[in-house]
Amino acid sequence: MSDLQLFKGNEAVGEAAVRAGCRHFFGYPITPQNELPEYMSWRLPEVGGVFLQAESEVAAINMVYGAGGAGAKAMTSSSSPGISLKQEGISFLAGAEIPGVIVNMVRGGPGLGGIQPAQSDYFQATRGGGHGDYRTVVLGPASLQELVDMTYEAFQIADRYRNPVMVVGDGVMGQMMEPVVFPDMAEVTDPPDWATTGKRGRDNFNLINSLYLDPEELWEHNRKLNDKYRQMTEKEVRWETRATDDADFAFVAYGTTARIVQKAVEQMREDGHAVGLVRPQTLWPFPQEPFDELSDRVDGFRTVEMSLGQMVEDVRLAVQGRVPVQFYGTTGGVMPDYRDIISAMEEMMRKVGGRR
Amino acid sequence: MKAVYEKPKSLTDVVTHYCPGCTHGVAHRLVAEVIDDLKLEDRAVGIASVGCSVFAYDYFEVDFQQAAHGRAPAVATGIKRVHPDSVVFTYQGDGDLASIGAAEIVHAAMRGENITVVFINNAIYGMTGGQMAPTTLVGQKASTSPAGRDPDHSGSPIRVCEMLSTLPGVAYLARVSCHDARGIMSAKRSIGKAFQTQLDGEGFALVEILSNCPTNWGMSPVESLEWVKEHMVRYYPLGEFCTPGEGE
Ligand SMILES: Cc1ncc(C[n+]2csc(CCOP(=O)(O)OP(=O)(O)O)c2C)c(N)n1
Ligand code: SF4
Repeated sequence: MSDLQLFKGNEAVGEAAVRAGCRHFFGYPITPQNELPEYMSWRLPEVGGVFLQAESEVAAINMVYGAGGAGAKAMTSSSSPGISLKQEGISFLAGAEIPGVIVNMVRGGPGLGGIQPAQSDYFQATRGGGHGDYRTVVLGPASLQELVDMTYEAFQIADRYRNPVMVVGDGVMGQMMEPVVFPDMAEVTDPPDWATTGKRGRDNFNLINSLYLDPEELWEHNRKLNDKYRQMTEKEVRWETRATDDADFAFVAYGTTARIVQKAVEQMREDGHAVGLVRPQTLWPFPQEPFDELSDRVDGFRTVEMSLGQMVEDVRLAVQGRVPVQFYGTTGGVMPDYRDIISAMEEMMRKVGGRR
Repeated sequence: MKAVYEKPKSLTDVVTHYCPGCTHGVAHRLVAEVIDDLKLEDRAVGIASVGCSVFAYDYFEVDFQQAAHGRAPAVATGIKRVHPDSVVFTYQGDGDLASIGAAEIVHAAMRGENITVVFINNAIYGMTGGQMAPTTLVGQKASTSPAGRDPDHSGSPIRVCEMLSTLPGVAYLARVSCHDARGIMSAKRSIGKAFQTQLDGEGFALVEILSNCPTNWGMSPVESLEWVKEHMVRYYPLGEFCTPGEGE
């Protein structure tokens, strides 16, 4: 068991990846995630791995494609505009069934936007972002320990399904420091038998490919992918609830925002309000169960995001009109203040009222 | 009876989809012969690009990855950095390499990435139906330059070998042509050198093969080869632009 270590978020991602067996990192500089590639540039050579600064995010994700297809645990990271550039590549990873980990330390958009923390890439992350019928597991950590654990697990999930996995943080998470415990160093495994290592005595040749010109064949391929997505939906979905047992109203929030909402919940509880928090830990698959359970018991949900309202659409789909769902958000890199979050909930409670 | 001419071992039995008279087939054969000659079938990993040669993975008896349009050098980089002892080659058209993938080829060359690039320059976008390529000659008609390429409007064609020859990371660069038997023999020698360069760990190697596209040029195969000789070779001079050891 390792000890507690004080780490910066971006560097913690790097160390967690190394612990998971990642030995290949390809990236392109962008704020606010630069400490991650910088960490990898000295850390990977230490453990016999390769860090390579690519000419663009487009090249970086395609290097991940090549390395992942050759059987390596490979990763790339970026922030919002760079993640937009990676989308074609992510679609190719999904189509060709290549594992790979992509970290997005989200900043405000659209366009060049800003460099302050945001959650406005939720649609892009959970809706595919790139073209075609595909899905990626999207992990949304809310603490540095969770960031470490989820980065580590991201490689396992990617390998399990031969599918890209995304870890979505934000500028705050990348920059802040917290004590973390790292998992033990995983063994670096041999390339799987489907990897393009060169035949090396194999009779057949291996092929990494996403092209199926025959529509029936492509449909068949997509059906196979869909079976994997169904399995992910069943097995990989994660969430956490806080103080929901007796709650009349519940907040829904993920990532850094969930931490601020947690403070609002504590304050409101002190003031005698029965409020709780549902915190999706996987943004895709999105947790349905807590909403089925709570929709019979609470009088409404208030979703809080650092966006103009993106995850709230998933909350509405999950709640299916059983109780009101309202949104409160800040955007552009502005973090919500817990007092404003409390005011937003109080307003909802006044307007919606208690059913009981 | 003694066989005097055989299919290279590294080619599969699959019938290619190339149009009659297209030199993509010739280039495939040459690459396969080199893989056989250098005994690379157990170590070779090919990258098929987006273009008429996208199905190259069906035709070679070696491991393959199919890459997004233009990104083959980045994919090759990923593979080579994971398995430095494998022999990694891309097979790319001129739209793929010199237009959408211009950044990837320049930077793979800059890094001296130890890979081999087979670059088919047929001065047109074949697969999508004959649109203008960055290599389309001035005055040459294409479906998106119906009056012929106008340099004032679209610029003049890129000479990839000359452009890359300024980069110190490049170990081997040659331009060859498939328009006649002599050219084909010289093409094979250059492809062999380009793979040998990688085996020797010398750095980036690229062979540009001047090719035809009878279908989209609207010519018979014979006319198209004549056109390569008359027009392409004139603008794209043949020869070696870099050889190992020279650049340092
Ligand atoms: C991102 C993207 N843009 C465009 C295309 C469409 N496309 C397919 S092949 C091709 C041109 C290929 O031309 P070239 O590289 O010259 O090869 P050739 O077909 O002539 O052998 C294009 C533009 C694509 N598949 N992907
Ligand atoms: S379209 Fe042109 S390049 Fe493509 S196979 Fe036919 S002749 Fe060859």
